Amino acid sequence: MDEKNNEILEKYPKGSRESLIPMLQDIQEAYGYLSEQAVVEVGRYLDLPSGKIYGLATFYNQFRFKPLGQYHICFCHGTSCHVTGAEEVRKKLEKKLRISPGETTRDGKFSLELTACMGACHLSPVIRINGNYHTRVKPDEVGDIIDSCIEERED
Amino acid sequence: MENRTHIPIKKEYLVDNVLMNESVDLPADVEKMMRLLRRAKVRHPAVFVGTASSGVISGAGDTLDEIRKYLDERNIRADVVETGSAGYSSMEPVVEVQMPGKTRVAFRNVTAGKLSSVLDGIFNSIIPEEHVLGQHRDRALEIWKDVPFIDELPFFSLQKRNLLRNWGRISPLSIEEYIATGGYRSYVKTVRSYTHEEVCDIVEKSGLQGRGGGGFLTGKKWKVAHSVFADQRYLLCNADESDPGGYANRAMIESDPHRLLEGVLIAAYAIGTSRALIYIRNDYRIAIERLEHAISQAREFGLIGHNVYGSGFNIEITVRKGPGAFVCGEETAMISSLEGKRGMPRPKPPYPAVSGLFGKPTVVNNVETLSNIPAIFENGPDWFMSIGNESARGTKILVLSGIIVNQGIIEVPLGTPVKDIIYGTGEGIPDNKTFKAVQIGGPSGGFLTSENIDTPYDFSSLASEGVYMGSGGMVVLDESCCIIDTVKYFMDFIQKESCGKCIPCREGTSRMLEVYENITRRPVDANGHTTLERFKGVMQLESLAGVISDTSLCGLGQKAPNTVTSSLRHFRSDYEEHIFDRECSAGVCKELRLFQIDVNKCTGCTVCAPKCPESAIIGTRHHPFFIVEEKCTGCGICYDVCKFSAIYVK
Ligand SMILES: Cc1cc2nc3c(=O)[nH]c(=O)nc-3n(C[C@H](O)[C@H](O)[C@H](O)COP(=O)(O)O)c2cc1C
Ligand code: SF4
Ligand code: SF4
Repeated sequence: MDEKNNEILEKYPKGSRESLIPMLQDIQEAYGYLSEQAVVEVGRYLDLPSGKIYGLATFYNQFRFKPLGQYHICFCHGTSCHVTGAEEVRKKLEKKLRISPGETTRDGKFSLELTACMGACHLSPVIRINGNYHTRVKPDEVGDIIDSCIEERED
Repeated sequence: MENRTHIPIKKEYLVDNVLMNESVDLPADVEKMMRLLRRAKVRHPAVFVGTASSGVISGAGDTLDEIRKYLDERNIRADVVETGSAGYSSMEPVVEVQMPGKTRVAFRNVTAGKLSSVLDGIFNSIIPEEHVLGQHRDRALEIWKDVPFIDELPFFSLQKRNLLRNWGRISPLSIEEYIATGGYRSYVKTVRSYTHEEVCDIVEKSGLQGRGGGGFLTGKKWKVAHSVFADQRYLLCNADESDPGGYANRAMIESDPHRLLEGVLIAAYAIGTSRALIYIRNDYRIAIERLEHAISQAREFGLIGHNVYGSGFNIEITVRKGPGAFVCGEETAMISSLEGKRGMPRPKPPYPAVSGLFGKPTVVNNVETLSNIPAIFENGPDWFMSIGNESARGTKILVLSGIIVNQGIIEVPLGTPVKDIIYGTGEGIPDNKTFKAVQIGGPSGGFLTSENIDTPYDFSSLASEGVYMGSGGMVVLDESCCIIDTVKYFMDFIQKESCGKCIPCREGTSRMLEVYENITRRPVDANGHTTLERFKGVMQLESLAGVISDTSLCGLGQKAPNTVTSSLRHFRSDYEEHIFDRECSAGVCKELRLFQIDVNKCTGCTVCAPKCPESAIIGTRHHPFFIVEEKCTGCGICYDVCKFSAIYVK
């Protein structure tokens, strides 16, 4: 295992289960996801079987086991977004990218994720792509928004 | 993130002259200093911009950059202050400007492009009318002519802003400014001169009830935890807030983090613990940054740490990031999560106040509950008792959203009629549409309709209408919204977020979702979902609701059927319409739509047929096409592709 991972682990006391979640959070922060190797290392460090760690990590929305795509599309699914038409936007996103929430396109370009309320109900529906917000998104704008991401990258 | 005071002032000065000073009124010279600190008077112009999440999403980040650029280019000496949200989300980005000697003026929707016209105006003593929101009231300052007062705008006039009083006014990054508004004085006084019991008594006497949904008396909960014999106790602040449509707790931390911290510190002292944890959702980046910043400032001021101000009180506060699960808002689930396990609830009793984190007495309190504490100590429990109605004291923060003119975060006395909130503060439904219902309390809440919309907004009045206040979301629905679809949305949410421990919650809510899916889908084949089957499904909803709420372990399952029963109670006709007429008059349940082709308009261009995923469109080139009703699922793709407007909804 590399240095970075060891550094993260050593911030926490050995064998203490309550550090498990903060540890996994730090690892995901550093690497973008939890690799199999990282899970095994954490297990060794905390003296926990890796199955237990997977069981825990899959329970929470934050953790992922594959790297994110280049474009991380977060899709707000609050109540206000729903009543102002987010469902249609979601369908368009899924159709355009041919993936469901929680998945990454095979070329590794786009990841789609459903998130809890982003706190901008007055601008719903809202999507966030790599930290940039698109607000009051209409279903027929989805195609252009995604295409503009692709163009930006090619520039 | 270093945004300290605009006037150089030493920590020691504030500690000795303000925090340790126990008299109510400060000496004149100190008070003068405080006025300068909270910018009641400014020497140079000050420009404020709200950069809480709601502001940032509206574009406040760009506005902030533009402000700095504008001032630099023109060599204008002015303070630039990042504040939290003023609550008025639909007006964000909000920029406020205070010129020396004059009252502070707020401007609305100041995106980067509009900034120069706003600043050009006010710096030349001209108020750009199209952007102005209003001016703040301050007797000591000269007012602007022909500018409305902010507190007279409908959005603010009904509100009573105790918790929100610093919002948009002071920098959430400056402990000095918080102290200048009277902050931390109650805490210092508490630890230095009150006993633990006295603190619990004062809070109990104020009548403060938990704002996280349960409505339990806060002082009582503290007393229980304090009375249990233990070597260690914990105070846990619940900042998980994962309700869809709820973001008030996050905004509170982003706008006035020290208020929460002061509440946490007093609560920790009251229950006699040296360990407080704040469990906050990991995606609340801005809130986490501001909270951690506030903690480090408070530590630097000696408010957190060892032997606080010589009182013998020791306290450590840790921020723990919640890895994202709605059920972790439930207190026992949160405790499991903090112990490094899956966030699954456990049966109560024992209540956490008796046996919680690591088996030790643990008080779990909501962000809003704790943020109420400093003002109770500042103004006394009788003052708190005097706000609200017989059954519930104090104010409540709500998020007003959906189809309503004024959206944002508001604070009203408990007991305010919901009607006043929607038509007064919210200024009603836009575009002359008609009000249909208001959904209160998110996934565990319910609906009010025009028949019972004058229900007072408090725990028990709402409950008697079958609605739970929950965390305080209020989503307004107009005629364009479908109740059935909204309930389906909540069911989908609940079904995904159920932790899976109880079978009735896990399976029952999935069954409920299925029923809703069936009645919002067209019966595609004869033996699939006939009217009778669909009707039976709805009959089952009622009995399912009873079983789920009676047999589930935690509040998630117990309250989950609430939106269902509440909608059945008020919107029978919508159910009948969906089941018998197979229609959704709001036009939301797309799958119920039946498309037809107008033979007079169709040119037989053949564009639609290959696009239809169900191969429901047939015909020959140059002749009118038609749609096979039994195959059509109402997706509407054909409708979108037809260039001749030949396809219509029956
Ligand atoms: C499914 C579920 C989710 C909850 N989510 C929250 C939440 O996000 N924030 C909160 O303060 N309380 C939440 N609660 C209520 C807490 O369990 C607990 O009652 C509350 O934090 C106690 O604090 P209070 O007495 O200050 O209200 C939730 C309860 C349930 C059943
Ligand atoms: S009621 Fe639902 S969420 Fe609560 S413990 Fe049971 S299964 Fe889990
Ligand atoms: S696309 Fe329109 S005009 Fe063309 S065949 Fe279909 S219904 Fe007729």
